[in-house]
Amino acid sequence: MKKILIVGATSAMAEACARLWAQQGDHLFLAARNAQQLQSLAADLQTRGATKVGTRVFDANQHDQHAALLAEATQTLGGLDTVLIAHGTLTDQDRAQHDVPYALAEIGTNGLSVVALLTLVANQLEQQGRGAIAVISSVAGDRGRQSNYVYGSAKAMVSAFTSGLRQRLAKKGVHVVTVKPGFVDTPMTAHLPKGPLWAKPEQVAKDISQAIDKGRRIVYTPGFWQLIMLIIKTIPEFVFVKLKL
Amino acid sequence: MATQAVTSWGRVFRPDQQVLGMPSRHASLPLPADGLATVLPHGNGRSYGDSNLNPGGALVLGRQLDRFIAFDQSTGLITCEAGVLLSEILRLIVPQGWFLPVTPGTQFVTVGGAIANDVHGKNHHLVGSFGNHVTQLELLRSDGSRRVCSPTQDADWFAATVGGLGLTGMITWAQIQLRRIANPYLQTESIRFRSLEEFFELSQASEADYEYTVSWIDCAFAGKRLGRGLFNRANHAPAVMNPALAAKLPGAIDESSRRVPFTPPLSLINTLSLKAFNLAYFNRQQGDRVQALQHYRPFFYPLDALLEWNRIYGPKGFYQYQCVVPPQQALPVTRQLLQTIVDSGMGSFLAVLKQFGTPPSRGMLSFPMPGTTLALDFPNQGERLHRLFAQLDGIVQAAGGRLYPAKDGRMGAQIFKSGHTQWSAFSQFVDPRFSSGFWRRVMEST
Repeated sequence: MKKILIVGATSAMAEACARLWAQQGDHLFLAARNAQQLQSLAADLQTRGATKVGTRVFDANQHDQHAALLAEATQTLGGLDTVLIAHGTLTDQDRAQHDVPYALAEIGTNGLSVVALLTLVANQLEQQGRGAIAVISSVAGDRGRQSNYVYGSAKAMVSAFTSGLRQRLAKKGVHVVTVKPGFVDTPMTAHLPKGPLWAKPEQVAKDISQAIDKGRRIVYTPGFWQLIMLIIKTIPEFVFVKLKL
Repeated sequence: MATQAVTSWGRVFRPDQQVLGMPSRHASLPLPADGLATVLPHGNGRSYGDSNLNPGGALVLGRQLDRFIAFDQSTGLITCEAGVLLSEILRLIVPQGWFLPVTPGTQFVTVGGAIANDVHGKNHHLVGSFGNHVTQLELLRSDGSRRVCSPTQDADWFAATVGGLGLTGMITWAQIQLRRIANPYLQTESIRFRSLEEFFELSQASEADYEYTVSWIDCAFAGKRLGRGLFNRANHAPAVMNPALAAKLPGAIDESSRRVPFTPPLSLINTLSLKAFNLAYFNRQQGDRVQALQHYRPFFYPLDALLEWNRIYGPKGFYQYQCVVPPQQALPVTRQLLQTIVDSGMGSFLAVLKQFGTPPSRGMLSFPMPGTTLALDFPNQGERLHRLFAQLDGIVQAAGGRLYPAKDGRMGAQIFKSGHTQWSAFSQFVDPRFSSGFWRRVMEST
């Protein structure tokens, strides 16, 4: 039985992870913005077998609430073994190119709030000398592309930050996983036609949960994205600028 | 708005439709931006024809509403969102000693779909269909209204929605009364019969003592072999059983996940393979009577063990024809149906025969009624097959029978209206923004 805090718990990937953990009988603490969604998610996980489920309405952009969330989760769960950070928004790239406050807000939600929260989480787990932190970054953070570089740059921040954090905490018994999903089929993407590159949240959740259990460091999910991103990263800039990616 | 090609289980139709997501049961119903276009809830896509498709309109992905709401382990009342699959319910309830009150031949259907088609199972003769065990449901209409309906509260809306093919609005959640079991096993018996008379005798003799009865019937051979088959009957196994025996049974570990990897360029089901299969299947058991202990998965869901089995019919897909005829002339009518099929040379790979019982269906458009139901799969052979269907329609209609909309992609307005006599009352409850390919076809004036 593990004690797990999930931030952004109502996101499709986080919910799929939560179901896996509920079936194992873990203790879960869920943080998300929408109170109604949070409540129905908690009832679902309890029905599926979670032995304890706590919730807190939480906006990651309110940095002054981070410490309180961490304290409440730790107290409700009776400790903390694993933290999954999964909150985020899908950035409208067109809008971000013309609307500076929007672009910065998106960087704030997808990048800065993660940095702020991770700083507190890292210190708490470092102090107890054990635990695991899994953070949802994205393949979009591997290289800025014209179609989504605002979102991508926030995720690049998350990938770089977790890389350094992993190195620091590896010596302290705390494991950090950087998760890089590709295209994931969620309610937000229902209207889009799906090609073979799309993955179900359940598939991604299995990869995340295994990565935590097996101590993997950087996880592309599904795995073929590692190859795709390797190719994309290898393309020289003078060629890259001519591509439509 | 972008459209996507969405198909149904029979893979005959592949119309372009808008696809809309629904993030939560509390969310408002997504509607196409075009104020005239209609929507249809689409669950796990297991209806065979066009009752789950809406060519030119939109589909709402019901599968996204997949949260459990509550499960009372002492009373067996389960409440969940309408997109939860029966397989997910089973995974939760079987270890706690509960089972679905009614299950169709696949566990990969949503609760909403099971209600909207008022699906039946092998225990219809005793407990009726799925809708008979739904204690309440919530119906979300395009005007934004929500109604919690039950057999006693808004009973007319309940009767329209059970078996209502998703046309009365979107079912967001439902509550179901489960039944107790002692373990996941069934005591089964398979009996070979050599004539339809024997089938009817066996059915009658088994009705009271066996919760589950169903028959596979050979329809590849004419003459003396016409109407032969295997009669299956079973009960849930009692609490006292040799556990060592059970642990070794197939299905006890987990779902198999073999899959038909691609669609072959031609149907693998043809006259030759059909005869070979039917012959082998009829002779698959040694004696005329074989008893066995079976896990519920291979017993109820033999086809679920081969994922995407519908691909074996090739790129043109297949049709299923399922009818029910009243008990008075069931024997001669069933014989006439089988004879017509055998004469056509288009026998069916999977032919299933079952006696429905007397528990009345709750839905205005429910398919089950007292009598004999016959279900057959046919590879799509175009005109030739439609001529056979027209012949079968004539026999069913003359006998006062009806066809099953969930399986259908071709029935005409006439047989729909003669079989589903409450269609006119039902149509008053259809949401003005909801429609389907099936509904538009059967509402055409003839």
